[in-house]
Amino acid sequence: MSLTGEYLGMPLAVDDLDLENLEYFRACGRGEFRLQRCKNCGLLRYPPGTACPWCTNLEFDWTPVEGKGTVHSYGEVHQAIQPSFRAHTPYQVLLVDLDTQKGQPSPDEAIRVIGNLVTPDGELAPPELVKRCGIGSHVRMILVPVGEGFAIPQWTLDEDAEQPEPWRYPQE
Amino acid sequence: MSQQVEADVSTGHYLRDKYAIVGVGETTYTRGSGRTTRALGTWAIRNAMQDAGMQPSDIDGMLSYSNNDSTPSPMLAGDLGIRLNFYMDVYGGGSSTEALIGIAIGVIEAGMCKTVAIFRAMNGFSQVRIGGTGARAAAPVSGDGLHARTYGWMSAGQSFSQSFMRHMYDYGTTPEQLAMVKVIHSEHASNNPKAYYKDRVSVDDVLNSRFIVKPLHLLDCCVETDNATCIIITSADRAYDWKHTPARILSVVGRCCKPRIDMHYQHGPISTVAGHYAKDILFPNAGLGPEDIDMTGAYDAFTFTTMLQLEDYGFCAKGEGGQYVSDGTMRLGGRRPNNTSGGHLCEGYTHGMNMVIENVRQLRGEIDDSCPETGDGKRTHTYDYSTPGGCRQAKDVNVTANLGWAMPGTGSAMIMRKG
Repeated sequence: MSLTGEYLGMPLAVDDLDLENLEYFRACGRGEFRLQRCKNCGLLRYPPGTACPWCTNLEFDWTPVEGKGTVHSYGEVHQAIQPSFRAHTPYQVLLVDLDTQKGQPSPDEAIRVIGNLVTPDGELAPPELVKRCGIGSHVRMILVPVGEGFAIPQWTLDEDAEQPEPWRYPQE
Repeated sequence: MSQQVEADVSTGHYLRDKYAIVGVGETTYTRGSGRTTRALGTWAIRNAMQDAGMQPSDIDGMLSYSNNDSTPSPMLAGDLGIRLNFYMDVYGGGSSTEALIGIAIGVIEAGMCKTVAIFRAMNGFSQVRIGGTGARAAAPVSGDGLHARTYGWMSAGQSFSQSFMRHMYDYGTTPEQLAMVKVIHSEHASNNPKAYYKDRVSVDDVLNSRFIVKPLHLLDCCVETDNATCIIITSADRAYDWKHTPARILSVVGRCCKPRIDMHYQHGPISTVAGHYAKDILFPNAGLGPEDIDMTGAYDAFTFTTMLQLEDYGFCAKGEGGQYVSDGTMRLGGRRPNNTSGGHLCEGYTHGMNMVIENVRQLRGEIDDSCPETGDGKRTHTYDYSTPGGCRQAKDVNVTANLGWAMPGTGSAMIMRKG
């Protein structure tokens, strides 16, 4: 069965043949962040895919992964393209290195999970919060419900972590 | 990804110098052409044929690329009375030009046809906006888009911003250095009667323009325009039958990719782009190095794309791209001018083909600037670039490199020499 939902007024749909994305987003809908772990080499991968990018194996398990990481880079949208985001500028698009499997299988690799900066309640972050987040910020994942049994990962500043002074674009 | 198989550059030498661009043409660059892409494409191909001095019977192959925003080859061939022995219309935008030149060489080499016209026709402003606005922005999200558009991560600027930002973090690259790309290209465009934006701008103009997506101001982004462009490729043995000195092709790279191209950010460093891999095909196949290149056409979808490519192709050391693009090297009159037409930032947006056309004309020594004409269609170039409306022909251009950009993870490239 396909999944359908809506986020900020945008219709979202996971096709019934898209088995990898179906399972990924269904787990999110149950409040669990799970990634595919290769049954041969044991490496996790993201985004969901049909084979292991390191050993080509087709077999995998869905493995629970801690939703914690560090902002590797970001973009900050001031002029939205999609109508759904126009009321929410500036919004950040964060590329987050998961703590899990960072630097594996080679030093420049990490599981880099995309998401927006949101409040602890899952709302897109207001401008004053956006200004507190940059490269180096520690973030934790929030799963935001978008439909029946369907949620999407988002990121919020990790209140329990000791936060460094984040690196931000020099012109505010 | 250590098992990545490297391209075998030891076998390609026999095609070095064996093919050439013999005709180039374009429409005007407008915002609101009022014509179909079919009409624009026909106009550009006809201009390229006239440039070469060709009849319809002199062309028997056609290639084009589009994002489903153009008209396929058979319609244009029909309009112009060209009987085709080969055609193919492929999906793609930036970086397709050089890739299709490589395909044309292969097709001619295989004996499938003799001379190929490659075109790109688009109403990138008035019909399918290159920035992704309009109907596409409001369409339902599914498939791979679930991990991108769901997050307001869709347009080129949005999806590349993480690479650009990380380069500033990794190497201390500054907004002022990037702004110089626009400043220099605007100087070049001021000497280009075809350019859509001809006004020279300052660093402050760039930094004071509004933010689109940090780190990009409005003036860090290219223009969106309506236009068509065309280049004609044939084998070296036929290249001297036409009106102009041919531009001989020394090497091509087509859509060379970083690892994990499904989502290239998984494989860092993310401030390194596809040119890092492409250079190892481009230069050995040409038998040249970056120091041998007189002029570059580094794709400027954004100020950053020019810098990242020049750096990763080895025109400067890794991390020194900001210095390279701001120290005058790539200005007309400098050591290695870049995008002398004004490029995508100023002349018009064609998904890369206008940058190849410009380098072909520079190699001929026949740039279409405002210098006085001598009657036979040629100009007396003054080599004075100081004021708008002046000369755009560079001195002593013998070898050029085009560096085409699709996205941080994918690029194409080509080296040409004066025939």
